[in-house]
Amino acid sequence: MPDELKSSLVGEVRELQEITAATDTRDYLFAAARQAQRQYDDYELIVDVDAHTQEGRFWPEILEFMENDVLKHTALNQLAGGIRTPLINMQPGMSFQSLSGRVPHQSGPRESVSNPDKPGAAFVEIAKRSIDFMGVDYQVIFPTSMLHLGMNPMDDVEVYLARAYCRWMVEVVLPQEPRLTSLIYLPLNNVDQCERMVREFGNHPQIVGYTICAVRHKPIHHNQYMRLYAMIEESGKPLVFHAGPHWDDPSFTQLNRFISMHALSFVHYNLIHMTNWIINALPERFPKLKTVWVESGVAWIPFLMQRLDHEVLLRQSEAPGLKRMPSEYMQDMYYSSQPLERYDLKLLEATFEKMKASTQLLFSSDWPHWDFDPPSSITTLPFLDDQAKRNILGLNAAKLFNLPIKRTRPRAADAIAARAADRVS
Amino acid sequence: MSEVNVGPASSFTDPGRKVFEVGGQEVGVFLLGGEFYAWENRCPHLDGPACQGRLLPLATEAVNDDRTSRGREFSKEHMNIVCPWHGMEFDIRTGRHPTNQAIRLRKVPVRVERGEIYVTLRG
Repeated sequence: MPDELKSSLVGEVRELQEITAATDTRDYLFAAARQAQRQYDDYELIVDVDAHTQEGRFWPEILEFMENDVLKHTALNQLAGGIRTPLINMQPGMSFQSLSGRVPHQSGPRESVSNPDKPGAAFVEIAKRSIDFMGVDYQVIFPTSMLHLGMNPMDDVEVYLARAYCRWMVEVVLPQEPRLTSLIYLPLNNVDQCERMVREFGNHPQIVGYTICAVRHKPIHHNQYMRLYAMIEESGKPLVFHAGPHWDDPSFTQLNRFISMHALSFVHYNLIHMTNWIINALPERFPKLKTVWVESGVAWIPFLMQRLDHEVLLRQSEAPGLKRMPSEYMQDMYYSSQPLERYDLKLLEATFEKMKASTQLLFSSDWPHWDFDPPSSITTLPFLDDQAKRNILGLNAAKLFNLPIKRTRPRAADAIAARAADRVS
Repeated sequence: MSEVNVGPASSFTDPGRKVFEVGGQEVGVFLLGGEFYAWENRCPHLDGPACQGRLLPLATEAVNDDRTSRGREFSKEHMNIVCPWHGMEFDIRTGRHPTNQAIRLRKVPVRVERGEIYVTLRG
């Protein structure tokens, strides 16, 4: 045996355990903390514009805020009967996000926390573990199972769950952690209630905007929404379209695998809403209203730009409100990065150029969902210069959401050392 | 390079796996069909802890001679390690992704001597 291969013990050998849904988020994301240490620890600000609650674990806390006695009674009765997220229109047997258990964090969180009985504390503690280890200063929180709520045939359920979730967020979660922010879920099936929520919650300092969960069949250009958009424009906070999956959509029932539906569905809803937004000239009617398009990746953006530019040149009479080309309006909008399609980097580079990513793209993790991206999904892109990486990872979001450019995250080395000390004790 | 003793071979089940961290390097050691294999605990996708995920048989599309499909079946021969970050799978024997063989885990030399397992680390 060569000398350099002499058998020896080099330092302490530590065995690492299999990762499961019960694994502590800090151990799950240990590799992300090392990436933060090596790649972007000196960046002035990291903002994650799309992360999620896994409401299942926290649903009983949210139901406490149900303002309708009959629906609350129904929900609590379902809860007692073993239904994890009462009133939510998702079919448990059609849930494949965790890849049949291959991606455990999608099935969690089942990790232990220091104060499981205090409302909101479990969510906040777990979320803080994730932002500390991904090296994030501020995070924007969206719901998960409520992403489909726009398809719930019971309009009042959407309204009351939206209000309960919003109150849980504003009254319970956000006061416990200034690094967490959220958006108002707009129950678009009832525009009066949307306006009421904007009036009631819109001024909260940790509410950084308004979201339309895009899985819905309501045409967003309908005249009934114009007063709502005017209110949002006046508020100065952005309107965020969050895409989602919906296998029950008639076209998607032709798709026989979750992967197929998932690949198309998220993009599909943003394609439809963006097309309505542009063709009906809403950017001209609300020139100061900033829109953000979330969780569809970026590959769809140049496709739709090309497609709408082509059609508008030929059929101007059907889009007469436009004063510029569709792609120009789209270049003024904002987009979240995840799930970043990185397989063909040349194509991705062309996409970034077309969409003006250095000023319009916002990093998003989508944590803890199965296809999350850590910040290294941006820092490792070979065609971006340092300033573009800093913009995408935080500075663009700071401008859009009016966040202070002030480091709030721990140094990656400190986060790693604290966890190591935790393990020893 | 340095070679490190990571413990007795008898502590493994077959199929089975243990992941070790030594001096900042992480290695997954696998026992499959009586043979040991070792791979860096680093997914080529986004550097996730690939070796700390589940061991699952390769899923296959079962196609009949007349080209009709019987649907999906688990392979009787191939076992994969699944990266828990995003589900990317790698054959335990080859370290390669089942669809794109160019995407693979980095191999770590492993041997058994007198019932003890030794892996060779970089640097």
